Amino acid sequence: MEFIEYIKTGFHSTFIVDDRYKLFLEGLGNTVYIAIFATIIGVIIGSISAIVGFYVKTTGRLKPIGWIINIYVIVIRGTPLLIQLLITYFIIFSSSDNAVMIAIIAFGLNSGAYVCEVIRAGILSVDKGQGEAGASLGLNLYQIMRFIQLPQAIKNILPALGNEFINIVKETSVAGYIAIVDLTKAGDIVRSQTFDPYFSLLSVAGIYLIIVSGLSFALKKWEKRLSISDRS
Amino acid sequence: MIEVKGLNKYFGKNHILKDITESIDKDEKVVIVGPSGSGKSTFLRCLNLLEKPTSGDIKFFGESIIEKKININIVRQKLGMVFQQFNLFNNMTVMDNITLAPIQLKLKTKEQAEKKGIELLKRIGLDMHKDKYPSTLSGGQKQRIAIIRSLAMNPDMILFDEPTSALDPEMVLEVLELMKEVSNQGIGMVVVTHEMDFARDVATRILFMDDGRIVEQNSPKEFFKNPQNERLKTFLNKVI
Ligand SMILES: Nc1ncnc2c1ncn2[C@@H]1O[C@H](COP(=O)(O)OP(=O)(O)OP(=O)(O)O)[C@@H](O)[C@H]1O
Ligand SMILES: [Mg+2]
Repeated sequence: MEFIEYIKTGFHSTFIVDDRYKLFLEGLGNTVYIAIFATIIGVIIGSISAIVGFYVKTTGRLKPIGWIINIYVIVIRGTPLLIQLLITYFIIFSSSDNAVMIAIIAFGLNSGAYVCEVIRAGILSVDKGQGEAGASLGLNLYQIMRFIQLPQAIKNILPALGNEFINIVKETSVAGYIAIVDLTKAGDIVRSQTFDPYFSLLSVAGIYLIIVSGLSFALKKWEKRLSISDRS
Repeated sequence: MIEVKGLNKYFGKNHILKDITESIDKDEKVVIVGPSGSGKSTFLRCLNLLEKPTSGDIKFFGESIIEKKININIVRQKLGMVFQQFNLFNNMTVMDNITLAPIQLKLKTKEQAEKKGIELLKRIGLDMHKDKYPSTLSGGQKQRIAIIRSLAMNPDMILFDEPTSALDPEMVLEVLELMKEVSNQGIGMVVVTHEMDFARDVATRILFMDDGRIVEQNSPKEFFKNPQNERLKTFLNKVI
């Protein structure tokens, strides 16, 4: 009985008092907003770097651009996300105070490097003979990529991109460091107001878990459909 | 026609092709035989620049294909290739496999390309499979489609790299039959194969490669009757 009583008061003070649920909603909104746009930026940057990188590798042209892409991937993958976020906020965009926008850029740049690797691996997973057959008919690199390699790689790439989005949802939890009220920060604020770490923090963890599990479930179903329609 | 002069190819430190000079006329049917690892595939793949020669020159109808300013894609439109693993495009129907290059390279309209596609498919009796995906076809069917995909470009010459080696034995014949047919229509052929009967029947000339060199060549008759090179004698004893 005591436990149920605790749940009741805990829920009340964490969500109802002072309309704190609104803070959670605001945080959740920011988390989802940042994750979606960061993923979009990541996919754009990642696709371009992967395809340009592939072009450089197969033709030997534009080598300096190839180096830049490699350095970008190495730097992003070799440093913690949080420090990238802080550098973007306090150094690169120090004159701007649109924290959400800066977070989207930082998370997007970070994601781009991982997406680049995902797409690289996806293209490499296509049998080499496919591209050679295209080349032997006189198709150019762009045509081979567009009509032969990417359509086959996409089946491996899309599920990995779904995973990337799920990762970003979790990774945005460091956004509070640059004064953004995301879901994690909202929980932390409420914790400091109610002096009840259990209810506030466990609720936040629960919400993440529900979102991530839901997304993973949807992704699994989708992957299944992709593999059913796989004709190769 | 193809003229090869002083062709060398290294993979890292390994000297794979050793100073090959050879010339193949535009309607010749040249068969290349030789032990595994002697460089047959590498030689063939140098001819359409799927492998980049380390040194030497290759001319296709008098024009060097090694030079930077040449567009190799134009050369490849006229110099087809058929692979051991067929390499049909897995993401496309049979018809799209055949028409992709002619349409994308603006050699034909979609209608023209499909008309030609049907015509070629009828010739090999597979027109009812035009909307199928490669994974649903047998190896023999795939390889015959790969051959007509190459024919759809109206090539001057076609390179074949062991076109029947990946096939179940009962499907080898249908592919060889089609190749024989192709050989009768004025298209030059360079064929790497272990099918000695095919070499005997179709080849105008047989080359024997060993350790990165063409060490002997002759008309089919002399090649089998009067081999000179010791390695060739051993080789022939093994394969016949
Ligand atoms: N991409 C490559 N990188 C490194 N070495 C290679 C490569 N391709 C071929 N080789 C080597 O070159 C040599 C000749 O290979 P190649 O495939 O041309 O022989 P082949 O005569 O076609 O043999 P097979 O009858 O087995 O097909 C082999 O020793 C092979 O290991
Ligand atoms: Mg070979």
